Amino acid sequence: MTTMTVKAPAIGSFFKARELGIVLALVALVGYTAIGNPRFLSGQSIRDILLNTAILAVMAAGQAVVVITRNIDLSVGSVLGLSAFAVATMMSANPDLPMIVALLAGLAVGAVCGLLNGVLVRYGRVPALVVTLGTLYIYRGLAYSWAGGSQVNADELPRHFLSFANDSLLGIPWLVLIAIVVVGGVSLMMRNYRVGRELYAMGSSPPAAELAGIKVARNLLGAFLLSGALAGLAGVLFAARFGTVDAAAGTGYELNVVAAVVVGGVAVFGGSGSVWGAGLGALLLTVIGSALAVLDINQFWQQAIVGALIVLAIGADRLVAVRLARSLRKRDSHV
Amino acid sequence: MSELRRPGSRRALGWDSIIVALTVVVLIIASFAVENFGTSRNFTFLALDLLPIALVALPMTFIIVTGEIDLSVASTLGFTSALMGTFWTHGLSIETIIPLCVVIGAILGAVNGFLVTGLGLPSLAVTIGTLAFYRGLALVVLGDGAVADFPAAYTGWVTGNIGGGSIPNVLILLVILALIFGVILHATPFGRSLYAIGANAQAAHFSGIRVARTKFWLYVVSGAVAGLVGVLWTLRYSSARADNGAGLELAVVAAVLLGGVSIFGGKGTLPGVLAGVVLLAALQNALRLEDVSGQALNIVTGVLLVASVLLPNIITSIRTTWQRRRLRSAAAH
Amino acid sequence: MSNSTRRRVLAAAAASVALFSAAACSGGTTRDNQGDAGAAPSSGASADPNAKLKEGIKMAFLPKQLNNPYSDVETSGGKVAIDELKGEYKLVGPNDASASSQVSYINTLIQQQQDVIAIAANDPNAVCPSLKQAKAAGINIVGFDSDAAKECRDVFINQATTQGIGESLVKMANELAGGEGEIAILSATPNATNQNAWIDVMKTELAKPENSKLKLVKTAYGNDDDQKSFQEAQGLLQSYPNLKVIVSPTTVGIAAASRYVSSSSFKGKVQVTGLGLPNQMRQYVKDGTVKKFALWNPADIGYLAAFAGVALASGQITGAEGEKFKAGKLGDYTIGKDGEIVLGPPTEFTPENIDQFKF
Repeated sequence: MTTMTVKAPAIGSFFKARELGIVLALVALVGYTAIGNPRFLSGQSIRDILLNTAILAVMAAGQAVVVITRNIDLSVGSVLGLSAFAVATMMSANPDLPMIVALLAGLAVGAVCGLLNGVLVRYGRVPALVVTLGTLYIYRGLAYSWAGGSQVNADELPRHFLSFANDSLLGIPWLVLIAIVVVGGVSLMMRNYRVGRELYAMGSSPPAAELAGIKVARNLLGAFLLSGALAGLAGVLFAARFGTVDAAAGTGYELNVVAAVVVGGVAVFGGSGSVWGAGLGALLLTVIGSALAVLDINQFWQQAIVGALIVLAIGADRLVAVRLARSLRKRDSHV
Repeated sequence: MSELRRPGSRRALGWDSIIVALTVVVLIIASFAVENFGTSRNFTFLALDLLPIALVALPMTFIIVTGEIDLSVASTLGFTSALMGTFWTHGLSIETIIPLCVVIGAILGAVNGFLVTGLGLPSLAVTIGTLAFYRGLALVVLGDGAVADFPAAYTGWVTGNIGGGSIPNVLILLVILALIFGVILHATPFGRSLYAIGANAQAAHFSGIRVARTKFWLYVVSGAVAGLVGVLWTLRYSSARADNGAGLELAVVAAVLLGGVSIFGGKGTLPGVLAGVVLLAALQNALRLEDVSGQALNIVTGVLLVASVLLPNIITSIRTTWQRRRLRSAAAH
Repeated sequence: MSNSTRRRVLAAAAASVALFSAAACSGGTTRDNQGDAGAAPSSGASADPNAKLKEGIKMAFLPKQLNNPYSDVETSGGKVAIDELKGEYKLVGPNDASASSQVSYINTLIQQQQDVIAIAANDPNAVCPSLKQAKAAGINIVGFDSDAAKECRDVFINQATTQGIGESLVKMANELAGGEGEIAILSATPNATNQNAWIDVMKTELAKPENSKLKLVKTAYGNDDDQKSFQEAQGLLQSYPNLKVIVSPTTVGIAAASRYVSSSSFKGKVQVTGLGLPNQMRQYVKDGTVKKFALWNPADIGYLAAFAGVALASGQITGAEGEKFKAGKLGDYTIGKDGEIVLGPPTEFTPENIDQFKF
C-alpha cells in the first residue's frame, strides 16, 4: 500500500496518458457504434447521452475530491434521494419559486449532509467508509420516513422546473452546462489552487500533510461538504429530469459514482488522479450503456462490462504506478 | 493512539461484549413488549431472515480482521443463484448443482483473491469492480427471468424445522459453521496470525506469516460461503433470479462493523459479529410486528453503525484526559 | 500465487470434478425425474352461500411495493370496502418490487394473525411457500393485480380477461398507427406475469389479417422503474427511426415513455398508448402526446378483493368455480375457472372524457 503514495506533481505526463486512454476508449467506442448505427451521432442521441451523463458527472466531481484525500463518500446516493425529494416537495408546494432557489436548496441540503460526514470522520475519528456507510442508511431512512410512501409526480411540479431539464442556453442544455461548470471549476481548484495541492498532499500521506502545517481539518470538512453539496445539486437535476420523485431516488448510485471515479483514474488510496478524469469516467460509463442499447446488444451485458472495466482500470493504474516507481528508482540511482 | 498505555485495550468490556449484552436486552424486551415476537414460529422466521447475513458475515469477519474487505459477496450469491436456475433447466441433478455452485463461488472468490494478493490491488476497489462484474454475469446468465420449479424435498428442507419442531434445519448449518469459524479465529495459531496481519501486515510478514497466501484463501472461502448462501437463498424462495441478494453486502459489512470489528483490521471477535447480526435482524422483525415501517430501521442501522466506532473513541478520549489529569495532579503532589 | 498454492487449487478443482461426476453418475434429482409437482389441493371446506358476512375481519393488503401510485389507488379501494364491511384494514409492503422482500411481510402478517391477506405477487413462486404457511395458519389468501401460483391462493381478482386487454391494446395501436407501420412494446419486467400474458395475446392478434401491416419490432423492458423505462423509451426511438406507436401495458412505462416523447423532437411523430392512470397521463393527453389509452378502475380491484376476502373469511365462498357473491356497489360476481374473478372490461380514455376520471 505504501507504494501507492507517489507524489502527484511529479508525474504530470502520466495523468495525461491516463486521461488520454479514456478519451481514446471513448472515441473507439463511439466510432464503432456510429458505424453500426449512424443515428448514434444524431443530435437527439448526443443530447440524450450528455443529459444522462450530467447527473453522474456532477457527483463524480465531488467524489473525486474526497477520494483524492484518501477517503470515500458512500452516502451520495442517499443524499441525492433526500435532496430530490425535499426540493420536489418544496417546488410542488410553492410553484412560483424560481429555479435558482431550487438549486440552492438542493445544494444546502447536500452541504449539511456532507458536513455531518466530515465532522464524524475528522472529529469522531471514525473511518470514512464506516461513517458514510452509516449515513447511507440514515439519510435514506430520513427520506423514507419523510416521504412515508408518497411520491411527487410530474404533474404536481411547476412547468418551469420540469422544462429546466430540456431548456438550453446557446443550444447546450442547462443540465450539461451545470455539469461542465462543476467539473471544470473543481478541476481548476484542484490543479491551480493551493487548497487543491494540499488535498493531494493529504491523500499522499496524511501524517506528513499534518506535519507540513496543512490545515487538514478544514480541508477535510471542505472535501466532504463539497461532495455532499454536489450530490444535493444532483438531486435537483434528478428531480427536474425525471419528474417523478420518491424516497428511493438514486438508490445504488454510490457504486456508479465510485465506478466513474475509479475508471477515470483516481486511485482509491488517494493522492493521484484528476477531477476531469472522473468526469470522463462518468461519460464513458454512460456511453457504454447507450452504445449497448443502440447496437442491440443484450442490455444485461452492460453491468458485466462496467465491472470488468473497473477491474481493468485499477489494474492498469497499478501497472503504470509500479513501472513509474521502478523508473524513478533507476533514475535516482544514476544521479 | 500513540500513548504508551492504551487505556482502551485493558477495559473489561469491549464493544463486542457491549453489543452481546445489548442484543440479549433487546431480545428480552421485545419478547415481552412486542406481541407475537416470542413465539416459536417467529423464531423460525427470524432465523431464516438472518441466516444469509450471518453465514456471509463469518468469512467477512476474517477478511476485515486482516484489514481487507470483500464487497462482491452479494453478487457472487446472485451469480450462483442464476447459475443454479440455468443448470436446473438444463437438466442437471440438484445433487450436482449444489456442490458445483459452492465451487464456482470459491472460484469467483479466488479471482478476487488473485487480484488483491497476486496483483496487489486495493481490495475495496477490486471488490466494487467484481460486485458489478459478477452481478452483470448473473444477468447475462439468466437475464431478468426466474426459475422456480426446484424439488420440494430441498425447498422444504431449507424452510422446514428439525423434526417439525421450532428449530429450523438451516440453523444447524449456521451453528456448525459458526463453531468452526469461531474456533479457528479464536483458538488456533492461524486465527492469531489473522490479527497479526491486520495489525501490521509488514511485521506479520517478517515474523514468518505468509500474508498473501492467507488472504488469498480467505477470499476463496468467502466466495464459497457466498455460493452456498446463493443455493440456500434460491431454495428458500424457490426462485433463482439474477437480482437475488442485491445490496446484501452492505448489510453484512454493517453487521460485522457493528459487532466491533475494526475496518482497519486487527480487532474484533466472532461472538460480537453474530450478536450484531442478531441485533439488526431482531430489531427489524420487532419493528415490523409493531407496524413500524421497515425504513425506520435504516436510521437505526446507520446510527448503530456510526456509534459502534464513535462511542469507544469518545470513551477512550475521556479516559485519556481523565488519566492525564490524574497523573498531572499526582505529579503536582 | 506460490507454487504450492497453485498445486492446491488444481487438487481442489480435480477433487470437485470427481465429486460432480460421481454425483452425476449416481443420478440425482433432476428437473425431469422429480415427479409431479403437487396438484392444487382444493380445500375440503364447503361454501355456505347464505352465510352472513362477518364484521371485524382483519384484512391486510400487500401490494407489489409501496409508493407506487397505481397500487395506492388499488388499496384505497380496498380500504373503502373494508370500512363498509366494518373490518380492520391494514396496508404493508416493501419499498422495492423484489421477489424476496414480500416474504418477510407475509411472515409478519401470519404472526399478527390476520384473517385475510390480499397480495399482488412480485414473483408467483417466491411468495408461494410463505402463503402456504399462511393458509395452514387459517388465513385466506386473495390474489389481486398480479397472480401468485394457483395452489397458494384461494381466489384471484383479475382486472379484465387477458384476452380482452390484449385485444384492446392491439386495437388502439392499430388506430393510432393508421393501420400500418412499426410498433414497439415497453413492458414491465420480463417475467411480470400479467404483462407477458397480454403480450402473448397481442402477438396472436397481430398475426390476424386485419393487423398484418403492423410490425412489432421490439419488446423492451423498463422494469416498472421510472428512470429505466424513460431510458428504454429513448433507446427504442433511437434504434427504430420509423417507429409509429409505443404500446406500454404498464402505468409506469406509459408515463415515462410519454414524458420522454413529449420532451423530445419525436413529439407528434410517435404515438404512445397502453395502460395508464388518468391523473398521471392527463398532462400528456392535453399536450397532444397521447391520444388514447385504457385502464380499468384500479380502486375497484381493491374494492372487489376486499369483498371477496371477507366472503372467504365468512365461509360464504371457498374459491371453487361457480360460487357467487355480492360485492357492494359493484354488484354480483361469479368465481370462474381456477378461482379467477374478472372485474370487467377496461375503459378507454381520450382527451374528451379524461377529465371525468380522478384517479
